[in-house]
Amino acid sequence: MTRSELVEKVSAHFPDIGQAKIDQCVQHIISEISGTLSKGGRVELRGFGVFEARHRKPRVGRNPRTGDQVQVPAKYIPFFKAGKQLKQTLNDNAE
Amino acid sequence: MAARTLTRIDLVESMTRQLDIPRQRSSDVLETVLKTLSQGIVEEGGAKIASFGTFVVHEKGNRVGRNPRTGEEVEITPRKSLSFRASHILKNRLQSVKKAS
Repeated sequence: MTRSELVEKVSAHFPDIGQAKIDQCVQHIISEISGTLSKGGRVELRGFGVFEARHRKPRVGRNPRTGDQVQVPAKYIPFFKAGKQLKQTLNDNAE
Repeated sequence: MAARTLTRIDLVESMTRQLDIPRQRSSDVLETVLKTLSQGIVEEGGAKIASFGTFVVHEKGNRVGRNPRTGEEVEITPRKSLSFRASHILKNRLQSVKKAS
């Protein structure tokens, strides 16, 4: 599923709101999550999952091509953990 | 670091304010977005949200685990797990966090 397919499917439920506005909603949700993460924050959507900024310690890495050592600085990475309900749906579907 | 966790309530609040959609409708839209996205992930094995990231379903095979308390061997049945690969755009946006905190 792509972003545009998501917008299409959601707007089918809201004929009164219109696809352009639903597109804005999806954009808004994505940018609020991204914005929160970029401030080091956390987004918790019960049933769906949790997005958070996770710390990565600095480490010595290697350029795999040349073997040169490089310092990789500490950083934060976006992390998503699926919620209970989503995990369950995923596995109910299997059998 | 941001002090508080963003939740549904915050999203509904900002949708209501910034997009001028009544609160109840904003809430309905948010729920439908999450439900539809979940369905897409489950039914199609993933979802790709441009400039944000990709949700990927992984199929895990059979494996033998151990009850850490009793040491007993148990079979872990095949299951599916979900991972999220953030887009470069999102990863880059988090580069500024280390300076801020």
